[in-house]
Amino acid sequence: MKTQFLFTFVLAWALAIVLAWGIAVASAAQQQAAPAPQQAQRQGGPAPQQAAPAQQNANAPAGNAANGRKLFVSFGCYQCHGYEAQGGSAGPRLAPRPIAYAQFMKYVRHPTNEMPPFTEKIVKDAELNDVYAFLRAQPAPPDLDKIPLLK
Amino acid sequence: MAKNGSVDRRDFLKSAAVTGAALVGGAAGADAQTAPPAPAAAAPATAPVAPRETDPSPETDIVTTDRPGGDFMVDVLKALNFEYIAANPGSSFRGIHESIINYGNNTAPEFITCCHEESSVAMAHAYAKAEGKPMGVLVHGTVGLQHASMAIYNAYCDRVPLVVLAGNSLDATMRRPGVEWAHSVQDAAAMVRDYIKWDDLPWSLPHYAESMVRAYKIAMTPPMMPVMIVLDGGLQEDPISDEVKSRLRIPKLTLTSPPQGDSGAVAEAARLLVAAQNPVIVADRVARTPAGMAHLIELAELLQAPVIDQGGRMNFPSQHPLNLSNGGRGLLGNADVVLGLELDDFWGTVDSFRDSLVRTSRPLTKPGTKLISITAGDLFIKSNYQDFQRYPEVDIAMAADSEATLPPLIEAVKRAMTSDRKTAFEARGKRYAEQHANALDRSRSDAAVAWDASPVSTARLTAELYNVIRNEDWSLVSTSGNTSNWDKRLWKFDKHYQWLGGSGGAGVGYGAPAAVGGALANKKHGRLSVTIQGDGDFMYAPGVWWTAAHHKIPLLAVMHNNRAYHQEVMHLQRMGNRHNRGVTRAHIGTTLEDPFINFAQIVKGMGVYSEGPISNPNELGAAFKRALDVVKKGEPALVDVVTQPR
Repeated sequence: MKTQFLFTFVLAWALAIVLAWGIAVASAAQQQAAPAPQQAQRQGGPAPQQAAPAQQNANAPAGNAANGRKLFVSFGCYQCHGYEAQGGSAGPRLAPRPIAYAQFMKYVRHPTNEMPPFTEKIVKDAELNDVYAFLRAQPAPPDLDKIPLLK
Repeated sequence: MAKNGSVDRRDFLKSAAVTGAALVGGAAGADAQTAPPAPAAAAPATAPVAPRETDPSPETDIVTTDRPGGDFMVDVLKALNFEYIAANPGSSFRGIHESIINYGNNTAPEFITCCHEESSVAMAHAYAKAEGKPMGVLVHGTVGLQHASMAIYNAYCDRVPLVVLAGNSLDATMRRPGVEWAHSVQDAAAMVRDYIKWDDLPWSLPHYAESMVRAYKIAMTPPMMPVMIVLDGGLQEDPISDEVKSRLRIPKLTLTSPPQGDSGAVAEAARLLVAAQNPVIVADRVARTPAGMAHLIELAELLQAPVIDQGGRMNFPSQHPLNLSNGGRGLLGNADVVLGLELDDFWGTVDSFRDSLVRTSRPLTKPGTKLISITAGDLFIKSNYQDFQRYPEVDIAMAADSEATLPPLIEAVKRAMTSDRKTAFEARGKRYAEQHANALDRSRSDAAVAWDASPVSTARLTAELYNVIRNEDWSLVSTSGNTSNWDKRLWKFDKHYQWLGGSGGAGVGYGAPAAVGGALANKKHGRLSVTIQGDGDFMYAPGVWWTAAHHKIPLLAVMHNNRAYHQEVMHLQRMGNRHNRGVTRAHIGTTLEDPFINFAQIVKGMGVYSEGPISNPNELGAAFKRALDVVKKGEPALVDVVTQPR
């Protein structure tokens, strides 16, 4: 309980940075492109992850988005990524427009950053399909022009 | 011996002992003269003892005085210009307490009533950063100091000056039976000596005066840290004798000039910075005063170098075109010179560390990058507590105060500048300004995601709060819990008092009392103090909200009520997954639910205006405005908002 806040703060940022970097690397590798330098540090947010081109999700299973939302909470994804997968300092934004399905499945099993690996024993493929369906179903944010507070 | 027939506690003790001895002698003598020796067999099992001390005769008012030592102690506090002294009352400092409120008329210092010593210290911690000078803290020498210890550690790690006065009862024969013994100690400062800069136990009032002035000076010399003076109960309560009175004086205080970097090292640092293609400035606890911020702006603009503000102090305007705090890793990877100013962790700034299935690390900078460190932290390092972090392999290390070293560094940079370099600087400045603008745009678009979510997103919480304060003279005195740094990403910070930095030692429970202490400092300046209050932090010592209400300290508090210790949930998840046991039970021991805590109700019971809990983001704006109206009347107000984790 007496957690070293500064340590965890830095750790959280490191996690955010590395996760963003890892996802970008995975995405870029698939797209045969070099990863762009990430722009994340202690006082800023991680870069949004690369959205998957539509054709890369052609084979993504339909999944059950409603169940995926529940699993997103029960598996603790929301802790770092937020209930709406909007991201924050501890984990990057995952939705809307998630990374490609194949990358998603690979990354959850074998994260290249500080995200805990979720093995098949902990999360079944079918459950991950539902989580991915939840991510895909997340609505686009309101247009910035319609949010005076962000102008 | 005191005047008017009164005596001090020590004189009373001496006379009681002498009287006792005389009684023993007298009785034995009388017996010897008037009675035959008792037969050996009839001798008492124990030797005759002196009568126990008894209360003095009712006619003798032996402990009254109109000039106790505590009064002079207050004279010294006034001479050192202490505005406030915070304390939870304790019998070991009852003498000086009484002198403060009666002899000192409870002004300068004014006694601030706290409900926990951790609150007293954390209030003084934030006050010092806002006001640039220490606030006094009184603690009961044992249990009170134990309560205070975590907060003292925070201040030590945060390089903040505190003057802690600890009561104690040194003369064992003068202690009241029972509790006073349990609350007395041979060496009170021992328990905190690892994380204070200096302490003393004065044996006389002249000694006290000299040690107080010395302590103040030591605390205010970079690296600034807490100091402690132990106040004996007798010294506080006993009359000031004529002999002592003749020796009383308060030494002159002359603060030490902050140490500047060696001139040769400064010149070499300037040469490297001017020659660099991509220099990066990283700042942590640089701006002790507004001047520090102005100096850093001047250096950055001179070099057109990006600044990564790590936020230990209000170092650099958040929306300055050269503020690239959002772009740290990319900047560092491309840097050829990194100037680290008062970094809490230079190694951790330029190296990554991964805590996954295995722990790995790697440099973030490319080979050959020159690292320049300026920190007063190199002047004072202790062994036991490990806040000094990993050893950084730098190229230039100046054991000096950054704020004091910036002016000569700026002059050295000017001397080393050429017209060619100036042209190159201007070009890169435009590039960084574009990056800054892009980062701000990205922050705004990221903030829009989950804008209407319930629980409320931390971005929405922060944006709604800023909307009601942006036209006020605001000061974000504290934040606790993790709000994903939305304040720094979206708000325009450009004044030194608008941000006071963090806890330093990461001891949770700093946020609420720091907010109240920062608000206390801001009160006389008419600033609007604002805090984003984490729920876990709130629960450590919530009595500080009563202190805010009692002393009418204006403070607008917005709860970041995410109902868990989310950082710990994450660690439990990491362990559960590493051990292949899953995460479904990670909430056990890490969440604040069943029942949910109603923070509005808690503070309402302590006299603080409150609203909430609010889960609908569309209700925030109006609630914040109503709370602001209360704060503008000079009182604290709290709005409880149920939020997303971070």
